[in-house]
Amino acid sequence: MATAAPDPGAAQPDAVPVSPSPGANLMAVTFRIRRFDPEAAAEAFWQDFRVEIDPKERVLDALHSIKGEQDGSLTFRRSCAHGICGSDAMRINGRNRLACKALVKDLSPQRPVVVEPLKGLTVLKDLVVDMEPFFQAYRDMLPFLVTSGNEPTRERLQSPAQRARFDDTTKCILCAACTSSCPVFWNDGQYFGPAAIVGAHRFIFDSRDEAGERRLEILNDNHGVWRCRTIFNCTDACPRGIQVTKAIQEVKQALVTRRL
Amino acid sequence: MPTDVTSGAGRAPAEPGPGRGRGPGPGHPAPLVEPPRQRTTRTPRSTRGNFEMYGWLFMRVSGVVLVLLVLGHLLIQLMLDGGVSRIGFAFVAGRWASPWWQVWDLLMLWLAMLHGSNGLRTVINDYAEHTATRLWLKALLYTATAFTVLLGTLVIFTFDPDIT
Ligand code: SF4
Ligand code: FES
Repeated sequence: MATAAPDPGAAQPDAVPVSPSPGANLMAVTFRIRRFDPEAAAEAFWQDFRVEIDPKERVLDALHSIKGEQDGSLTFRRSCAHGICGSDAMRINGRNRLACKALVKDLSPQRPVVVEPLKGLTVLKDLVVDMEPFFQAYRDMLPFLVTSGNEPTRERLQSPAQRARFDDTTKCILCAACTSSCPVFWNDGQYFGPAAIVGAHRFIFDSRDEAGERRLEILNDNHGVWRCRTIFNCTDACPRGIQVTKAIQEVKQALVTRRL
Repeated sequence: MPTDVTSGAGRAPAEPGPGRGRGPGPGHPAPLVEPPRQRTTRTPRSTRGNFEMYGWLFMRVSGVVLVLLVLGHLLIQLMLDGGVSRIGFAFVAGRWASPWWQVWDLLMLWLAMLHGSNGLRTVINDYAEHTATRLWLKALLYTATAFTVLLGTLVIFTFDPDIT
């Protein structure tokens, strides 16, 4: 579709499109969505929606179109719609992704595109899950700068090399795609999960921070880093491209070298 | 699965499904699809310690040592000097006359058993969902491990080549 061949006459369908750009090549795509409404039924079920959509649009656009034009009860979270707030992580075609970063054309739209809530967290309604256990694990990690002594009168200096040490883990947007793709977390909800460890890594390796030891102690738990089996699902799932498993391994390494 | 029998509303959904859905309880009008996974104040938090770290290290170290021991063992038992054909009671008796092979086999026994058991402990922790199941499986595992290790050790040190 690289060649711009606007054929307005042929491309305009009768079906209600998602505000198509002029000359967009619309395509009928089926979205198979996992629905759950606790007030209506105790069981979740699959529902298919057919949407006329430009394949270059995103799954989030399709969800908007379904909610706006087909079924207003469809429930999902989203805020920024540009991959930065981390609120619309969901399982799309069996993989955790941000709906606002998943282009329809990349999801083999000839077949139904399967959209489910994140796995391993309690489903509240449709695609909305209870994020509290996830945030609880993150909070347990002391995700803030801890220092001692008087507050300095100028900024805390850091060399570019010191900053680069933890650069990768600063990019986390707390979307939970990693934690809810982890088979260990699926079975043991008490496992801190990759995202919390990423959050800890960001401060453990920050030269300005002084609570690294405390965080390592917190992670040296039965449900801490040692439950990681290096499955790499988290690294695959992270929409920010963070080397999550590597960060976890670095925390393990820090624990081993500092404890022995 | 607390179903609200008094009102009958708990049985309203026609298909209860494979144990996932939960009947609406009195205080909870909305049933849950998945069990909640929360770290509450009542969750035991005294699970910190170096045990899991040593376990993790042991797996790596014993793995490396076992590669050498087991490959050496296989080489001697199966390939060198006639291989399998010469293995017999006399062969074992001859080897265990030397402390070197006694220690070799002892190390292999202990490392392999502990490595395997720790691996299985991990698997049980990962896959057994109920606390009781986990407990029983681990009790079984530890018993089997202790039995095998102790019996093996006993045999290595009390082996009598003149037994009739
Ligand atoms: S590490 Fe990546 S996948 Fe995990 S919460 Fe952060 S941004 Fe999301
Ligand atoms: S809506 Fe903000 S990340 Fe997708």
